[in-house]
Amino acid sequence: MKDNKQIKLKLPLSKEGAALLRAGDTVLLTGVVYAARDAAHKRMTELINEAESKGSDPAGGLPFPVQGAAVYYMGPSPAPPGKVIGSAGPTTSGRMDKYTPKLLDMGLTVMIGKGRRSDAVNEAIVRNGCVYLAAVGGAGALLAKCIKSSELIAYEDLGAEAVRRLYVEDFPAIVVTDSRGECLYDR
Amino acid sequence: MCIEANLFLEGDVKQALEAAAESETSDTGKSVLAQLKENMEIAENERIPVCQDTGMAVVFLDVGQDVHFTGGDISEAVNEGVRQGYTEGYLRKSVVSDPIERVNTGDNTPAVIHFDIVPGDKVRITVAPKGFGSENMSRIFMLKPADGIEGVKQAVIDTALEAGPNACPPFVIGVGIGGDFEKCAILAKRALTRSIARDSSEAADVTDSSSAARPAYADTLEDELLARINETGLGPAGLGGKNTALSVNVETFPTHIAGLPVAVCICCHVNRHKVRII
Ligand code: SF4
Repeated sequence: MKDNKQIKLKLPLSKEGAALLRAGDTVLLTGVVYAARDAAHKRMTELINEAESKGSDPAGGLPFPVQGAAVYYMGPSPAPPGKVIGSAGPTTSGRMDKYTPKLLDMGLTVMIGKGRRSDAVNEAIVRNGCVYLAAVGGAGALLAKCIKSSELIAYEDLGAEAVRRLYVEDFPAIVVTDSRGECLYDR
Repeated sequence: MCIEANLFLEGDVKQALEAAAESETSDTGKSVLAQLKENMEIAENERIPVCQDTGMAVVFLDVGQDVHFTGGDISEAVNEGVRQGYTEGYLRKSVVSDPIERVNTGDNTPAVIHFDIVPGDKVRITVAPKGFGSENMSRIFMLKPADGIEGVKQAVIDTALEAGPNACPPFVIGVGIGGDFEKCAILAKRALTRSIARDSSEAADVTDSSSAARPAYADTLEDELLARINETGLGPAGLGGKNTALSVNVETFPTHIAGLPVAVCICCHVNRHKVRII
């Protein structure tokens, strides 16, 4: 890990930017990330499949533009009065694996979560030159402080699982899988 | 109690995290543990949950046999407490009404309630919200008697390694040995509610009427498992280091001549439990 750097990263991240990151680099993210977890992924995938079967634009019905986006696997606790958001740490990414390759093929560039990904996801990361980052699981109160705004943009009925647009500043994460497919957990 | 459990970790967990932060040798591990410590402080000072997964509410009710509840349904009373705690405390509502249809109940009910009838005229309530990142990595093994204690050790170590980064290490690991299929699971879950500060007298404290007297090998087994799990190098957040687990808590119960059930309940460092006796 000697050669790893700490990097301030602006979002959205370009594929060229993603290609420079290496597993083990620590990053401080600033910019927009979309919070979405299990139920939202399921709905988005259903919409994509439906659009594809009708021959329309698969990204058309989605709650946010996937192209170039960063997604954060997270369902926050409710914001107490006067706060932007409640506790807001990462959830286990592996549960999104079934839905992820499709989104990566559609242009999703950055994923933030915790835990191992499937082979299919890792292949899609390499195929599309994306990155998978981990935030520290269980540090939800600390991570919430880096979230400067939170707006519920879709699927309100899902409660904690609704899709939110977050603006984060200096949000700490570590590169787990880089665009070449090297994985920090395997070290 | 739900609110307290989710905002303030018990002293034993805090101390264990601090000790871990001091002993950690990996740079990434150190930085993860420093973040977790800071996180705990922010949670307390700003009154927001330590972790956003404020869990499914697990409640152990040890009811003295001389106690008589009047004026309503005790389970409903517990659920009402959960409902109020999760709403007023701005805790996350993480429960769906059906495992397949998956519609959120909106108030984190129902709780998982374990009733136990014990001697006396008091009620001991233990509230232990359980996050599912770690719950999903818990396992049950129906071992053969011939697998013996080595089989038990292997089961625990394999489970911890498989849990890896998914379950937010450093872990607290509850191990239930013996009983039958469901008994070992309840023992393992209950083991998590024991103080992790190493003091065997504490063990007596949690051991309910349905748990066996603590066998002589239990302490050594706990120590050996903790040491071996920490030797794996998985480390804080699964990013490498020597603090993979803070504690391994073992509970046992008599079992059948043909079996050796082992349940391994993985919990993250956000091991929440509050006890009150009324
Ligand atoms: S495993 Fe524990 S620390 Fe990790 S997200 Fe779940 S409750 Fe939080």
